[in-house]
Amino acid sequence: MGFTVYIILVPIVMFLFLSLGSKWLKPRTAGIIGTAGMAVSTLLSYFTAYRYFFVEGQQNGVYAKITAFTAEWLRFGDKLHIDMGVLLDPISVMMLVVITTVSLMVHLYSLGYMKGEVGFQRYFGLLSLFSFSMLGLVVATNIFQMYIFWELVGASSYLLIGFYYTKPTAVAASKKAFIVTRFADLGFLIGILILSFNTGTFDFGLLTADNASLAVTTMSGGSFLGLSAATWAMSLLFMGAAGKSAMFPLHIWLPDAMEGPTPVSALIHAATMVVAGVFLVARMFPLYVFAAPDVLTLITYVGAFTALFAAVIAITQTDIKRVLAFSTISQIAYMMVALGVSGMGGHAGEGYTASMFHLFTHAFFKALLFLGAGAVIHAVHSNEMENMGGLRKYMPVTHITFLIACLAISGIPPFSGFFSKDEILSAAFQHDKFIFAVLWVVAGLTAFYMFRLYYRIFWGAERRYDKHPHEAPAVMYVPLIVLAALTCVCGMLPFSKFVSSDGAPFSAGINWGIASASVLVGIAGIAVATWFYKKASDRPARAAAKWAGFWDAASHKFYMDEVWQFVTKKIIFRCVSRPIAWFDRHVIDGTMNALGTMTEKASETIEPVQSGKVQTYALVFVFSVLIITVGVFLL
Amino acid sequence: MIPMEHYLIVSSIMFFVGVYGFITRKNLLAVLISIELILNSVEINFSVFNRYLYPEHMEGMFFSLFGIAISAAETAVAIAIIINVYRLANNIDVRHIDKLKH
Amino acid sequence: MNILSVLVIIPLAMLLALLVSRNRAYVRTVVTVGFGLVLAAAVAVAVVFLQERAVSSEAMLLTSSTVWYAPLNIHYAVGVDGISVLMILLSSVVAITGVFSAWNMERDFFVWYCLLAIGVFGYFISLDLFTMFLFYEVALIPMFLLIGVWGNGKKEYAAMKLTLMLMAGSAFLLTGILGIYFTAGGTTMNIMELSQMSIPMNHQYWIFSLVFIGFGVLGALFPFHTWSPDGHAAAPTSVSMLHAGVLMKLGGYGCFRVAIFLMPQAAHELSWIFLILTGISVVYGAYGAVLQTDLKYINAYSSVSHCGLVLFAILMLSRTAMTGAVLQMLSHGLMTALFFSLIGVIYSRTHTRDIREMGGLMKVMPFASVCYVVAGFASLGLPGLSGFVSEMTIFVGSFEHTDTFRRVLTILATTSIVVTAVYILRTVGKVLFGPVLNPDHLKLGDAHWYERFSAVALILCIAAIGIWPSGVQHVIYESLQPVMEQINLF
Repeated sequence: MGFTVYIILVPIVMFLFLSLGSKWLKPRTAGIIGTAGMAVSTLLSYFTAYRYFFVEGQQNGVYAKITAFTAEWLRFGDKLHIDMGVLLDPISVMMLVVITTVSLMVHLYSLGYMKGEVGFQRYFGLLSLFSFSMLGLVVATNIFQMYIFWELVGASSYLLIGFYYTKPTAVAASKKAFIVTRFADLGFLIGILILSFNTGTFDFGLLTADNASLAVTTMSGGSFLGLSAATWAMSLLFMGAAGKSAMFPLHIWLPDAMEGPTPVSALIHAATMVVAGVFLVARMFPLYVFAAPDVLTLITYVGAFTALFAAVIAITQTDIKRVLAFSTISQIAYMMVALGVSGMGGHAGEGYTASMFHLFTHAFFKALLFLGAGAVIHAVHSNEMENMGGLRKYMPVTHITFLIACLAISGIPPFSGFFSKDEILSAAFQHDKFIFAVLWVVAGLTAFYMFRLYYRIFWGAERRYDKHPHEAPAVMYVPLIVLAALTCVCGMLPFSKFVSSDGAPFSAGINWGIASASVLVGIAGIAVATWFYKKASDRPARAAAKWAGFWDAASHKFYMDEVWQFVTKKIIFRCVSRPIAWFDRHVIDGTMNALGTMTEKASETIEPVQSGKVQTYALVFVFSVLIITVGVFLL
Repeated sequence: MIPMEHYLIVSSIMFFVGVYGFITRKNLLAVLISIELILNSVEINFSVFNRYLYPEHMEGMFFSLFGIAISAAETAVAIAIIINVYRLANNIDVRHIDKLKH
Repeated sequence: MNILSVLVIIPLAMLLALLVSRNRAYVRTVVTVGFGLVLAAAVAVAVVFLQERAVSSEAMLLTSSTVWYAPLNIHYAVGVDGISVLMILLSSVVAITGVFSAWNMERDFFVWYCLLAIGVFGYFISLDLFTMFLFYEVALIPMFLLIGVWGNGKKEYAAMKLTLMLMAGSAFLLTGILGIYFTAGGTTMNIMELSQMSIPMNHQYWIFSLVFIGFGVLGALFPFHTWSPDGHAAAPTSVSMLHAGVLMKLGGYGCFRVAIFLMPQAAHELSWIFLILTGISVVYGAYGAVLQTDLKYINAYSSVSHCGLVLFAILMLSRTAMTGAVLQMLSHGLMTALFFSLIGVIYSRTHTRDIREMGGLMKVMPFASVCYVVAGFASLGLPGLSGFVSEMTIFVGSFEHTDTFRRVLTILATTSIVVTAVYILRTVGKVLFGPVLNPDHLKLGDAHWYERFSAVALILCIAAIGIWPSGVQHVIYESLQPVMEQINLF
């Protein structure tokens, strides 16, 4: 399956072509070339998926890890080496499909959405760069290759968030996103260092083989501060994952990242890059289960807390993209929890399958939501809910597709979200009732805030619009329809037949008890939202006033930004950087200058001795001779 | 014959008078004369030692002759410098000639 | 004649040609053709070296030796290994890009510039301690004039400070070299021959410290780094490029070639002290850069951090880490030259280097700005550019040690990559992005063709190392064999 390498190479060639040729290419041509390149990658990915799942992938009834391509890139010493390659296994093939599909849709959509923007060519070049990095990340054969592409997605995300570089908020947001994830990546890097030092390899195949026996044997000892090397390594890797996937408390960059163009938010900050953390944990899953089960518990609790936390904040936000951003955080946390509660193999590994399944379905419906939101923003030129309302008459396609996505995320059958969410809930139920309860509440909250969003955009009182809002052009609504169709059907896939923790297909039935509970809470959430928001009324305001303190805190995102600001600005800048700068200028440099000044002073002190008066010299000379002579005679 | 010591006493007196003059006089010409005194006292010594200790050799005499020639040349140069200094500074007091230092 | 000597003879010939030249066009022709030839010679050296390497297993190749001063056994001995070849390539690339960045400079500037080049190339090809030291001094002295005469700001102060601090380092170094010579028997100054002799342990302690500090001053070792911010800030563009890009490498190279190679045992036992100092350099330089407001100061502190990492990795005494150190020298040399050339472009137009007075330059000078972003990414270690490769090699190599002290230090050093991201993005965000602050800046033009040439050439080198590091890495790794044999004796 050597051709798979072209899936990755096509976008990077596109990036180079578009960014170097941006001066000579017309915007429209550049856009079409970029989209065509992505289409090639997409077709190749579909072909790969077909070959892998139906022709070549299974060995003895188990989906194997196939290394389709590999080449040594850099060698460290005798043992360690970084390879660049393509690793095909169920999750990487699944990710290939997801990334290329969403990316192609976003490319198409952007042709309309970004029309007339300055830097249109650059935009498409960067989209290609991002696609390249993300695809390279998921097919990585070893953890260092993953880290490399992990950094590259971070950089392309930085460039895309800051696409409107003359806007200070966009610049600040891009900087924040990069630095926060970079901070998390530090953990990732140190985790890699510990892991590779102990096991002597970066390779995923070797690391995860035989229930991670390599890591279990080499890393269970070596405790530092009371935790084993494995626990350290795996929790540091999780730190990296948490940064990319916006887990509490490293989630602060994601809402700000919405400053980027909306299609970018759909691609990077909803469907693909932000799930890289989940993908990393899934990739290293055997190590977590067998070498560091404590970390898995940590992941569960962090995930559950983040899911609840972000859902609560989402209820209070008024910027429609921020609502979606918090919803994304919450849904990714769902996936994390699913991994956390999972075991290895067969039905015990249901959480793993559920997590990947949710990742799959979420990518489509969340991209759909963002692109729908983009169409709305395109029509009313604002992100704020106050400036919207009653749009269903003007934008029927957007309205229907948005509704489908809302139903999907709320877990209403037969849309895709129902199936994946149900699987996560049942995995959680089997593992820990408390976690299940949290997730169940979050499901209700999700339905509530999504329908709050839906009603406030498409229902309620109509605003006075400056220009008549109109449906988006075909190039924008076709992707919406495609994604909506995917949202309707992809839940029916027998996902556990393809993706499972150990590669062996199993059948995960729907647990009707839990399913009905989750549907009930979803419907309840929708009902409450309908009661509050379907018609304009003062009910929301009254409810908010009743809970004023809490509402305030939530709408300020529980002051997490301020806490981080305090840590960075007040503590790191003021208490570390400033003293260091001062110390350097005054103490160290002062010492050097003092040495210079002392030399100068010393020279000034002895200068009068060298008066230049020959007669004085002669006098000194004569007396010295006399004294010496007398001295010699006397002694 | 006059004993050698007498010559030496005279030349010592000349030498120290020269040294004293060199150190204390402020007029450049006087300083120059003092230097001449020192040189001449040394030449006397050369001749005297030659004549009394090694009468069969002539090196001391030659050395004195060299010395006289050199001191003549030196005086010529020195006086030229002094004249130029005078033109420049309008005086030849060593205390005031410090332009090169400042 | 030995091919290596060509590297010294060409700049010498250039220097003579410049002395008789009168007009600017002539000067430009001489320096571009001359440094072009130097680059060609450097590439030729590399090619010949690789051919020789394929058939020979000697530590040093292309060697030759002529007696220079017999009573003290001083020879003009030259020879290269893979590391010096890479350093020579780096120097020739930075030198020619520096010429393009100094396109409008006068003749006298280039006279000193050529002298500097003689020193640099002579240093990298020397195998004799004394001639090495001689060329080292030849490289330092022109710096005084280049900064003092053609610099800006507090140039006299900076030139004086830089020269005096480096001279003080040289004094340490000379003592150390004499110490090596006499304690090793007083029969040879040749590094390769010296490495076969043993220096008594009680002497190794003080000699190692002297030599390491002596070279460390040029490698911006904490606390002897303060010449760097002032010196870089005052120097004209191409001098900053050459200084940060090449001259600071003289320090790292010397530490490695003389201090570690000849006194491995002392290196073993004293490394912890210097590891702490260099560890401080790494983190301290990065934090120091965060609050600076002058573009050149930011880069100078960043250089302290990056060059600190070079010394840090050398002191780890593991083969991978040392490979990383050499890679880092290359990477930092190219990247910092790129930075300074772009700062030169910006400064020559805006006439300010204060980041608070600039903004939105991306709109005004897109080419220079994009290059600046690339340089920034290289500096913060983005994969695909050279910084990533070198830093990762260093970190992986340093982590190979089993003792907690070195691993904790390594982890502390890794934190610098986050801080680096902070100050790079802060600068990029303030200077290049955002609205244009000063309306006068809207009229400014983008980089000229000669400035573009430097930037593109440097970016190509940075990307080449970043994308295909294994070739360079292999050459370095092989060349470390003799050093590792020395170290592994203990």
